[in-house]
Amino acid sequence: MKYVCDVCGWVYDPALGDPESGVAPGTAFEDIPDDWSCPICGAPKDSFSPED
Amino acid sequence: MNPHKITDDIYWVGAVDWSSRNFHGYSLSPLGTTYNNFLILDEKVTLVDTVMPHLRSQMMCNVDQVLNGRGIDYLVVNHLELDHAGCLPDVVEKYKPERIYTSPMGEKAMHGHFNAKDWPIEVVPTGSEVTIGKHTLHFIETRMLHWPDSMLTYIPEAKVAFCNDAFGQNIASSERWADEYDRYVLEHSMKEYYANIVLPYSPVVLKTLDALTSMNLDIQYLLPDHGLMFRGDDVGFALDKYLEYAQQKPKKKAVLVYDTMWKSTEKMASAIASGLADEGISVKIMSMKANHHSRVMTEVFDAAAVLVGSPTHNNGILPLMADMLTYMKGLRPQGKIGASFGSFGWSGECVKILNQWLEDMSFEVVGPPVKNKFVPDHDAFAQCYELGKTVAAAIKAKVEE
Repeated sequence: MKYVCDVCGWVYDPALGDPESGVAPGTAFEDIPDDWSCPICGAPKDSFSPED
Repeated sequence: MNPHKITDDIYWVGAVDWSSRNFHGYSLSPLGTTYNNFLILDEKVTLVDTVMPHLRSQMMCNVDQVLNGRGIDYLVVNHLELDHAGCLPDVVEKYKPERIYTSPMGEKAMHGHFNAKDWPIEVVPTGSEVTIGKHTLHFIETRMLHWPDSMLTYIPEAKVAFCNDAFGQNIASSERWADEYDRYVLEHSMKEYYANIVLPYSPVVLKTLDALTSMNLDIQYLLPDHGLMFRGDDVGFALDKYLEYAQQKPKKKAVLVYDTMWKSTEKMASAIASGLADEGISVKIMSMKANHHSRVMTEVFDAAAVLVGSPTHNNGILPLMADMLTYMKGLRPQGKIGASFGSFGWSGECVKILNQWLEDMSFEVVGPPVKNKFVPDHDAFAQCYELGKTVAAAIKAKVEE
């Protein structure tokens, strides 16, 4: 499932991951480390909501 | 306007736009605006930000006067939006700086805006320091205040903070300092700017204010990139205002915003307003034909309730109300009470659509909404008046909580 950042609107797509922050493509949002933050605005992981 | 000396070595070299009445195409700027940028004379001469491109000659003239023959060694780019970074290509070409300092997201945005591959960019994440002689530049990222690249630059030796768009106001003036300017107009302009630009990032404002407090910075000069600047006691005033704004505490106030075809919805607005006013609530009635969405938003910002009205038109709502609701939703006002009203001829979808908008914005929707066929009669006005009283009760419960 995709998750959207409540602060800046950036969407985490598990298929793409976030390689710049060391999150490999194919990583489910739930499996991202808790200290990960939004690569655009720096909001913490708990600022993300499931995309409608 | 000529350069203005802030400290012995730091100068305002910006540009005043007396004629601008529209800020970036989405918000009115009825008093014009000012683009503030700054030149620091030290061993390494440093320019902080630039101005709107069409005002580059004002800035270049000011910069040349202060430089008095010297060059520019360093650029600091606190924000890449073109009203602050738009003159970068001119400055880079003319002064060929050794270094251009910007935030990590600023570097990406710089390449996205300019052909900057040969520019001497150096990324300065939060905590980075650069000594330029007797001054040290401390960089603090302020992501989403109000773009991902936004950054604050602090100089402890001069007690100066260049805070970019935060704390700005759209005011064209010959005065440079808030303490020289009409206080009421200043406060209104701060509120207008916050409500239309910064509001969606209020949670970020609260975190940033916390972070600045914990850093214990000694700021004597708080220098935004728009409008009047703050010095001395006014620094605390500006910080307190942003805390108040970000907390979004509502006043006992309601805004009725509507559009109308044959004045039925307008008459309904008037009856609802009477119900509110009779309960001691301050009311603003705002027709979308008479008010730009940014003016409405400035009033919505500190209101406890927003009542939206439109007749049914082609099975929908009138387009100016769709404009208003789209704009309002994007600015994410928090904790509002909402209600809807409108007239119709046959199908009557208006209040259902309006209430859906209110729910999408997480407003506390009270009602029932008032929907009236064709021209309101006495009974319809009584329902409108009752809706006003119902909303007033909800406001009192909320504001006195």
